[in-house]
Amino acid sequence: MKNKHHIFFLLLILFSSANLWSKTITVCSTCPVKSIQEGVLQAADGDTVLVKKGIYKEANIKIDKSITLIGEDMPTIDGEEKGEIITIGTDNVTLDGFRIINVGVSYTTDYAAVRVVNSTGFLIQNLELEKLFFGIYLQKSNDGKVLNNKVRGEAVTEFNSGNAIHLWYCKNVEVTGNDVQKVRDGIYLEFSDNITITNNLSKNNVRYGLHFMFSNDNRVINNVFETNGAGIALMFSKFMEVEHNIIQKNWGTAAYGLLLKEVNDANIKNNLFLENTVGITVEGSNRLEYSNNDFTSNGYAIKVKGACYENQVINNNFLYNSFDISYNGRINNNKFDGNYWSDYTGYDLNKNGIGDVAYRPVKLFSYIVNRTPETIILMRSLFIDIIDFSEKVSPVFTPDDLMDENPRMKKIAHDRN
Amino acid sequence: MLKILKYSFYDLMRSRWSYVYFLFYLLLGVVLLFLNNDLSKAVITLMNVIIILVPLIGTIFGVMYYYNSREFTELLLAQPVKRSSIFLGQYFGVATSLAMSLVIGLGLPFVFYGIFNSSAIWDFTLLLITGGFLTFIFTALAFVIALSNENKIKGFGYAILLWLFMAVIYDGIFLMSLLYFEDYPLDKFSLIATMLNPVDLSRVLILLKLDISALLGYTGAVFQKFFGTSFGLLLSFAMLIVWVVVPTFFIWRIAKRKDF
Repeated sequence: MKNKHHIFFLLLILFSSANLWSKTITVCSTCPVKSIQEGVLQAADGDTVLVKKGIYKEANIKIDKSITLIGEDMPTIDGEEKGEIITIGTDNVTLDGFRIINVGVSYTTDYAAVRVVNSTGFLIQNLELEKLFFGIYLQKSNDGKVLNNKVRGEAVTEFNSGNAIHLWYCKNVEVTGNDVQKVRDGIYLEFSDNITITNNLSKNNVRYGLHFMFSNDNRVINNVFETNGAGIALMFSKFMEVEHNIIQKNWGTAAYGLLLKEVNDANIKNNLFLENTVGITVEGSNRLEYSNNDFTSNGYAIKVKGACYENQVINNNFLYNSFDISYNGRINNNKFDGNYWSDYTGYDLNKNGIGDVAYRPVKLFSYIVNRTPETIILMRSLFIDIIDFSEKVSPVFTPDDLMDENPRMKKIAHDRN
Repeated sequence: MLKILKYSFYDLMRSRWSYVYFLFYLLLGVVLLFLNNDLSKAVITLMNVIIILVPLIGTIFGVMYYYNSREFTELLLAQPVKRSSIFLGQYFGVATSLAMSLVIGLGLPFVFYGIFNSSAIWDFTLLLITGGFLTFIFTALAFVIALSNENKIKGFGYAILLWLFMAVIYDGIFLMSLLYFEDYPLDKFSLIATMLNPVDLSRVLILLKLDISALLGYTGAVFQKFFGTSFGLLLSFAMLIVWVVVPTFFIWRIAKRKDF
């Protein structure tokens, strides 16, 4: 009996030491192991596969062990457009430092440069993806990180291009420091909760910089979205935080900075909306708080399309927008308070920094345009200026309770970091 | 006719009003550029000024010049000169000098600012061309009004009314009809309505060239599609030319029959 125990302990020590002394397998063109797939096959759980500089023409690399796959001096993996390149199918895999090119384009399968399936604890970092269809595709995977990747697509149209970072049914993932350009959607989330998206740059994408569908409790902080078809699209999602982002230059007939459709209980704070055709388009969204944002030189700052109740617009700067607020309907129970409006012409007799006359941000013309879009052709006509002025003096058509009772006299200095 | 044109032109060039007009545009251009430091924004502001002020000044100046030079006209009529050449000469003299004040007054500050090295050069050229057209159109209309009204007060009244109609009331009627018929497709209607008024036509032509056109949305896209083609552009310039030619023809016809 005692003997058996001894053998058991011996085996245990042997196994654990094997784990502790995990081996490193080196892959290079002159090494015994010449391909990445072979290196992965030879590795056991906990091993490291180190890939030296070079070009590896491989596709369909399957990683089904908990290993660390590291590239030294950015080795290139060329998929030769054969389809998927790396598929991760198990927990605790690290992928670091590769240039991955030539993912196959398909109209029936979403081929990705890196796909993570049903895994937890993954870490994908420092990749450079070029000539891709989908970039990093996370599928039913939780508790992982996607850090500092660089994606350069060549997307021209929506239907034959994919997304750079795509999350589907994921939870607790951190997406930080990525630089995604010229794909369909920079970052795409569907049915994904508790995702943190920070310090990313999403630029020149054909459709959206960031796209949420049915995803709740997510945080979007300190990102830059520039010259996309649209900056951020939040749809059918709840409990979101959008803070300290820069959303700029999304300019075009169908472009906008931030789209909110059926979004409830979200916070939109300290963002900068600069030179977008429409800063924020909102539809069917309730209990939202917009505070401390800067809306500068947009066509429309906020365009409310209807069915939006109990929202608060507080302490924002509205600077030099063609239209500050566009609103349809005559009922309003949204609160506008303490904002600075560059079009405000009131006075402040008691010098408390708050204007004595309420400001009505909805111009009659924007109300008319909402009703009959063709009338926009009269923009900048003298007649329009005259009716806007008379409506400002005594509102007849625009909701008379839609006003800022405490408009500020000076621009608010928001913290931008 | 050329001789009278030349005479009217030199007469106006020496007059104080041309200088005031010229200096006004010069100052406007300089102030805009130094306050804005942004060429395309300056072009937008200028557009606002041009589509309102140029017709107004063209109208007032045309009427004023005709009534003021009445004695000189009567003197000329006693000479063996063709009637049409007297009035057409005067008209072209006024319109050319106004257009010149506009082009040089606005052009100088922009040239010094470096318009030739800027991408805004075409927008600016278009601005000046439409400004020139508006001057010719509204001066001609002013002459027609002045020729058919002996009474100065009446003439001024009609001229102001004409400007008010083109710059403001027309857009009001346009807007009302758009709202009234909102259930119908209005693309063609708004295109035609815009084409018919030279002020609106100039405004839309310039707006479509600027970044701000993205705000026009779907309607803007329809207009862009029309004015973006060379056919659309040619048609709109043809329209502007028609607006010059028709009143000029009326000047010629009224002048031929008029009793002094």
